Amino acid sequence: MNPWRTLWQNNRGKLIAAAVLVVAVFAAYARNPQIVEAVLASSLRQSIPLVLGALCGLIGERSGIINIGIEGQMLLAAFVAFLVNVRTGNLLLATVSGVLVGAVLGFFLAFMSVSLRIDQIIGGTVINMLAFGLTGYFYQVGLVTKGKFTPIAIPGLADIPVLGAMFFRNPPLTYLTLVLIFVVQFLLYYTPWGLRTRAVGEHPRAADTVGIDVYKMRYMNVTLAGMLAGLAGAYLTLEAVGSFERGMTNGRGFVALAVMIFGRWNPILSWGAALLFGFATALQTQLQFMRAVRIPHQFIGMLPYLLTIIVLAGVGGRTRPPAAVGQPYVKE
Amino acid sequence: MSEFVLEARGITKRFPGVVANDHVDFNLRPGEIHALLGENGAGKSTLMNIIYGLYQPDEGEILINGQPVTIRGPHDAIRQGIGMVHQHFMLIPVFTVAENLVLGAEITRGPMLDLEQARAVVRRLSDEYGLHVDPDARVEDLPVGVQQRVEILKALYREARILILDEPTAVLTPQEVEDLFRIMRGLTERGVGIIFITHKLKEVLAIADRITVMRRGKVVGTTTPEQTDERGLAAMMVGREVVLEVEKGPAHPGEVVLEVRDLVVEEHGVPVVNGVSLQVRAGEILGIAGVQGNGQTELAEALTGLRRPDRGTLILNGQEMPFEDARILIENGLAHIPEDRQKHGLVMPFSVADNLVLCTYYKPPFAKGLQRQPQAILENAERLIEQFDVRTSGPLAPVATLSGGNQQKVIVAREFSRPVRFLLANQPTRGLDVGSIEYIHKRIIEMRDQGVAVLLISAELDEIMSLADRIAVMYEGQIVAEVDAAEADKTTLGIWMAGGEKESAAATLA
Repeated sequence: MNPWRTLWQNNRGKLIAAAVLVVAVFAAYARNPQIVEAVLASSLRQSIPLVLGALCGLIGERSGIINIGIEGQMLLAAFVAFLVNVRTGNLLLATVSGVLVGAVLGFFLAFMSVSLRIDQIIGGTVINMLAFGLTGYFYQVGLVTKGKFTPIAIPGLADIPVLGAMFFRNPPLTYLTLVLIFVVQFLLYYTPWGLRTRAVGEHPRAADTVGIDVYKMRYMNVTLAGMLAGLAGAYLTLEAVGSFERGMTNGRGFVALAVMIFGRWNPILSWGAALLFGFATALQTQLQFMRAVRIPHQFIGMLPYLLTIIVLAGVGGRTRPPAAVGQPYVKE
Repeated sequence: MSEFVLEARGITKRFPGVVANDHVDFNLRPGEIHALLGENGAGKSTLMNIIYGLYQPDEGEILINGQPVTIRGPHDAIRQGIGMVHQHFMLIPVFTVAENLVLGAEITRGPMLDLEQARAVVRRLSDEYGLHVDPDARVEDLPVGVQQRVEILKALYREARILILDEPTAVLTPQEVEDLFRIMRGLTERGVGIIFITHKLKEVLAIADRITVMRRGKVVGTTTPEQTDERGLAAMMVGREVVLEVEKGPAHPGEVVLEVRDLVVEEHGVPVVNGVSLQVRAGEILGIAGVQGNGQTELAEALTGLRRPDRGTLILNGQEMPFEDARILIENGLAHIPEDRQKHGLVMPFSVADNLVLCTYYKPPFAKGLQRQPQAILENAERLIEQFDVRTSGPLAPVATLSGGNQQKVIVAREFSRPVRFLLANQPTRGLDVGSIEYIHKRIIEMRDQGVAVLLISAELDEIMSLADRIAVMYEGQIVAEVDAAEADKTTLGIWMAGGEKESAAATLA
């Protein structure tokens, strides 16, 4: 079946709502171009770690492994990327080390859930606690970074109104993420790897009987997915903030799971969901900055988290996760 | 070249405490159907799992086309041309037929899956072997009979020359069984050898070229349908003469004991039991026939206090009963043999004695005030174990240590030893061996003759036809037909079970 058609059929409501939102944005743009461009660009920046986290989560869950350790993977990766940057000043090396940290923690999660068959929620929690403990212990105040990724405007495209500011004046990791979304979509739905991954997450025994190595697939996928969470961490320290602080992931790893569920375990839909959450965050910041509404800022700051709760309560029951998610597979 | 496409020699497999296969010899010629017959636990599945590479034998060897081979897993088995259709289908429900077909052996174009090609293969194999399947249908939307064809297609796509069918008819309607047999004959004409695992004697005699019978891990013998009959095969399976025909006299129905009016059970807003009304009289057995998953489970749960229906009335002994209150129903004379005995019939870690008082533990003589009376519970257990011939190491043994047949006897002993007016027996012999089936059937007939109203739900049409006095057919949550057992025939019932109209059923009869 054509995945694009399925996408449209299953998500008509959401896609129409997105279209309405786009129209509303253009209407607002007519009145105040600077603020609209700022909010949109900020929405995209905020959505990057969320969509990376969601891709990490969905590759794991599509293969049958719940990953609630994304938060920890991001945090430790952010920290290591930061340290490498402080020591070497090489941004590429820093990014690669962040990605590797994500992979190592992913491998560790795979080891706990595939080989040791530990409850996967507990395995993820172990990773989170480990990351919080390590980063909290080794962090020293006063370390100064040596630069961060700077935006590269794409000639021509960058000058398009609204879209130019949003999509074509970004630093490299943002561009990379946008490409990765489509790459993962392609891999998941158009390649043998994707077919096998989805099979392993739906009915591992059936996959086993046709000669697919369930354990290998799960190890490989959770490790690869960890790289994406690692990239999200590197993004935070090397591109978004330029520095590290304790607990700087600030729940993004968990919001990413909400994004994944809202996006029905589908990369492109998850990106749409991530943009929605990014928009809530950007709007929240802008409202605080403008002092436009007379609501205490603590309440406005709740916006993204409130959205998480509403989304999870609203769609959680109605979407269908991969059937074998969370269940260790035991060979006969 | 060897005469045999597959040969297993002296296969021995030991598990802690049992020898599952004891020097088993088995062989298969190209283009033949070789039935492997035996009770549960006889070692059929172990042997097939060894041939398919899921287990490694402790002793013995496997030869393919006369060459000794080692099969380390399904991957090796597939490479040796062995295909297996498991009893529980190994299909991904959310995938299409084409996706399921190629999974694990994908056709690619560059890095991409070539599903167009996969569809073409489905169509080609469908035409070649007369197995019609839509390549774009999602497997979960297909009837089980068609899902089974997808499994066979999977094996053919992998160029299987040896096809293992594990209890393939358990989930099929009689018409689907006919279709399957037609397909099997078509495959053998093209030289595929089929191992047909079953415990249904009639089917074996209808289709097999050779029959090998196993008992307790050993091969009892190999025979052909010409040389034997049902009695002979049953005796080989069980090791003694078995009465296959249920002996029962005519029913003497009395007053209506159970009446159900317009019962509706919904699941996720969809009615799974859709307006069922029925009556069961004292001293008769009403059998409910139907393919599994047509609302029988939900009907049984609603009638035994395990589930609140969305609408309907339940009248027992002329009194309206509340729903979702098992104890009130039990105290008004309900006995229940549940579908899943390990989940709903017994508390597996509890002792046989405790399981025998699960419905009555709070009443004298088993309790005095707040205190249990262990002596009374034990005496009750010893009496019932004796009376119902339960094979156990003692009344205090955990019921989980008993065999399936004896577990079912514990349930029967508990349920039948109370004052009973209405018995609901749901799949009472599923998974039991011939000897235990014989026993349970006899007990159910006894209950009927004592004036109990019996509602028997079973997916085994033979069981319904031999026990019931009246037969109702359930399809998609509704009773689509009701007939006197004496007037029922298998073909008509089969058409009803598949959702066919009464008229068309009548037409086929004429």
